[in-house]
Formats: sequence, structure tokens, C-alpha cells
Amino acid sequence: MTSQSAPARNKSSIRWMLRFPWIPMIILFMVFSSALLGPIITPHKHGALNLGLAMKPPFWQENGSMSYPLGTDNMGRDILSRIIMGARITAIVALWAIPFSGAIGALMGMIAGYFGGKIDMLIMRLVDIQMSVPSLALALILAASLKPGVATVIIVIVVTYWTWYARIVRGEVLSLKERDFIALARVAGCSAWSILLKHFLPNIFNTLLVLATLQLGSVITYEASLSFLGLGIQPPDVSWGLMLADARPYITVAWWVIALPGLAIVITCLGSNLFGDWLRDTLDPKRRQL
Amino acid sequence: MRVLQGIVCVIGASVIIFIASRVSGDVTLLLLPPDAQPEQHEIMRRELGLDKPYVVQYLIFASKAVRGDFGNSYRWQMPALQLVLERLPATIQLAVCALIFSVMTALFFGVLSAVYQGSWFDNFGKIFALLGQAMPGFWVGLMFILFFAVKLGILPAFGREGYEHFILPAITLGWYSVAAQTRMVRSAMLDVLDSDYIQTARAVGVPKKILIWKYALRNAAVPLVTMLGVYFAAMLGGSFIIETIFAWPGVGRTVVDAIFARDYPVVQAGVLFTSIFYVFSNLLVDLTYGLIDPRIRYVR
Repeated sequence: MTSQSAPARNKSSIRWMLRFPWIPMIILFMVFSSALLGPIITPHKHGALNLGLAMKPPFWQENGSMSYPLGTDNMGRDILSRIIMGARITAIVALWAIPFSGAIGALMGMIAGYFGGKIDMLIMRLVDIQMSVPSLALALILAASLKPGVATVIIVIVVTYWTWYARIVRGEVLSLKERDFIALARVAGCSAWSILLKHFLPNIFNTLLVLATLQLGSVITYEASLSFLGLGIQPPDVSWGLMLADARPYITVAWWVIALPGLAIVITCLGSNLFGDWLRDTLDPKRRQL
Repeated sequence: MRVLQGIVCVIGASVIIFIASRVSGDVTLLLLPPDAQPEQHEIMRRELGLDKPYVVQYLIFASKAVRGDFGNSYRWQMPALQLVLERLPATIQLAVCALIFSVMTALFFGVLSAVYQGSWFDNFGKIFALLGQAMPGFWVGLMFILFFAVKLGILPAFGREGYEHFILPAITLGWYSVAAQTRMVRSAMLDVLDSDYIQTARAVGVPKKILIWKYALRNAAVPLVTMLGVYFAAMLGGSFIIETIFAWPGVGRTVVDAIFARDYPVVQAGVLFTSIFYVFSNLLVDLTYGLIDPRIRYVR
């Protein structure tokens, strides 16, 4: 790559190396690897209670120790281990909720945009109605009605976010519809479904990918908010939002039980937002405003 | 036409709210003591109208709701609407304060980072916006409590008495919108600064302060002003969680409490009210576009 004979190529690859989002990639890699490895790398069992060691501060403070590097909570559970296990729930929620909301939204958006007329009206009214209920309010009602847990959080996120994909995909399809290759496909006798899947889908795929990465950050905050209110993840599962909810009564005595799980959320969101921005600028520059 | 659409949205929202609040468990299990007989459950269900088919239940609910009757709160034994209306001023006050905070901050930072484009100030603003968008509102609230109320002890963490009680909740609620609003003001300001009339004014020798804060700002603020309704709606939506953190006696916290108590009438009244506000503040945005800036007319 450092060959003297190709200076131009060399320069562009350096530029690419500089522009590549290394920090966000490292953050996301760390989150997903701790999600994958989970119990193998946690120093303690995430649910192990030890009341004698409750409220130990992180190692850099007085009374802290390296065996509990980020301190312990009110029941003496290791915070680092719980943050690592929390990454697992975050990843599970994201990996289920994003593809499902993307797929449903894209399908609805494509149908609405391609067929137009009454179907379009029906779907878009549904989107409007759904968007007229504040999303967190809808989420609260749903989460309270269904049995709280991982599955409910995923359903709530899918129900809330499909409209977002549907609107954008519909717009995209409306503009593609006028293009020659679609008209040609229709003249050649392709069925509506094969046009949608073979001709539209590849063309909106970049947009979908960008939307999905940008959604990641909000999914993480959403799950945390629901769990924080007690309507999301339930113990013995661990989630960052749930850790914050558990820690809330102890805000006056221990800052680390509140600050550190929140920092995990912030860093992960930052990583995914930055990665999403980069992907958008690379694949789909016209969507800058998203 | 737009008003009609708004009404359809509100009706749709009421259906969603109704369905969602009925798929949960049997409310009589919560209201009656655990040793109550099955017949007592049956009687209670009949009293509350829960034995009828869902469609009938919805129609009863809707026709009463139009007349402002959401039924009595199961828990407080008072009309649910009254309960919500009593809490409404607190929520609106908080949302308005949050809106003022976010708009002021956005105008200030947006204008300065556009005027000093590319400076350290502009870059700092960008980093701040990135960080701001990555922080969940409720965690920001908790950090504020930790820092200002617990560590420094200068601001109260909860309650609603004096003006100082507004500071932390309002900043937290406004927090999330600041980044987006600042970006909006910044790009509008950049456009305006490039325009002919500003160039002319500059050439004529209008002092920089007046040029920026009077001539340019007036046009640069238009996109933000037209979006005020949307942001107000966003604040109402955010109030559920922020009010819970700061123990703010508003609609948001009442609804969250009511959800846990399965107090359907209060949940329905609270969420429907928020949705109505939400729909109509969005509608207001659409309708006032043309008034505020004649260059953008709503075309349908």
C-alpha cells in the first residue's frame, strides 16, 4: 500500500483511513463483543449478591478495590459485570427491533408508494394517527398492557418506529416510480411484487441501511427509558435503564451507581450515532438532514 | 381539510388508546381485595361496563369522552378529567419554560456559531450537539440532580413551589431539542448572512451587532419559529419521564402512576389530552407557515 509507483492511490487510501470512523467502530465492537461473550468475561456473576460489600466505590476512590473496578451497588453486585450483561440485552433488543421495524416499515412504504390510491391513503393515515400519539405515551400504554419484558420492549419499538421507515421509503419509491427502468420492467411484464423486490428494494437498500444505523442510538435510549420506568426489562435480566432505576433512591449516597450505567448508554449512543452519520455521508449524502 | 385530518388523527388516537388499555389484565383483580368472591368480580365488571363487547365499550367511551366524561378514576374516586385538568397547568408551565430555555439557547449558540463559522466556538458547539444527542433525557436529569442538588446543594431536586424548582426540570426537558434547534438556526443564519440584503447592509456600514442580532436574526429565526409547535409537542411527549424523575405534579407523572395502578380512565384522559395538544400544535404549525413567512405557503 505504500508503493511509490502509485502515489495517487496511496493518498486516497490514507484519506479513507482518516475518514473511517475508527472510534465509533471500536465502541460498537466493544459493546457487541461484550454482548456476545457476556458471562465469559464478567469478573463476577452479574446477579451475585454480597451485602457485606454493598456500595463500594470505584477503584480510584478511597475504599475502592480492583476486584470491583467500577464499584458495587446497593446489594453488593459488581457494576462492571452488570454493565457487560446490560450490553447483551441492548444488543438483543436492537438486533430484533431494528430489522423488524425496518422490514415492516419498508414493506408498508413500498406498497403505499407503488400502488398509490386507496391503499396509500389507508397506510399513510395509519402512520399519521400513530404519530399523533406521543411515542413514549403509546409505548407506556403498550408496555403496561402487555407483560413487561424483553419481548414487549421489542414489540413497542417496532410499533413505534415502523412509521419512520414507511414515510421515508414511500417518498423514495414515489420518486423512483417515474424512472425508466421501472416503466421498462412493467412493460416487460414483471409482476408488482417482483418489481418491488427486484427493482425497488436494491435501490432503497442504502437508505434502509442508513436509517437502521441511525435508529440504533434511539433504540438504546428508548429501551433504557422504558426499563427506567419499570415497564421494560425485568429482573433478573439486567439492562442499563434498569440499573439506573434501581440506583435512583441512592443518588445522595453513591454517584457511581447512577453515573456509570448512564455513561455506558451515552458512549454506545455516541458510537452508533457517529457511525450512522458516517454511513449516511458515504452511502446516501442527500439525506444530510436526518 | 387539515383540520379534518387532525380530527381523524384524534379519533384514531382514541381508538389506539382504548385498545391498548384494554388488552392488559383484569382490572377487578387489582381493585378488589384478593379474597373477594368470583361473584363480586362479576358485579364490579358489570358496574364498570367491562362485561360488554369491546366495540360497545369503545362507543360508550367515545361518546362520553366528547362530552368531557372519562369516568371516575378507579383509585381516587373523582372524575378522571378533573384529575388531569388539575395537573395540566403544571405540565404546560414546565413545557413552556423548557421551550423558552431551548429556543434561547439555540438562538444564541446557533447565531454565534454561524457568525464565527469554523472557529473553536463552532467546533465546540458541534461536539456539544453530538454529546447532547447521545444522552438520554432522564439520565441528564439524574446527573443534574446529582450535581446541582446533591453535590452543590444549590437547586431543589423535586417539588413545585418557587421559580427555582423550575430550573432543573425545564433544562432537562429542553435539553434534547437544543442540539437540533441550534443546528437549524446555524444553517439558516449561514444562508441569511450570504444573502444580498445583509451584504448591502454590511457595505453601507451598519454596525455588526445590529446587523447580526437585528437584521439577520429576524430571518434566520423563521424556520425555528415555524417549528415551535412541533417542539412544544415534543416537550409534552417528553414530560412523562421527566416529570417522574423530578416528582413534578403534572399530567405526565399522573399518567405513569395511573398505568401502574391500571387506572384506565386517568390513563385514557391523560394520554388523549396530550395527543389532542400534540395534534393541534402540529396543525397550528402547518396553518401558520404562510402567516409567518409568506414565501412558504401551505400547498395542497
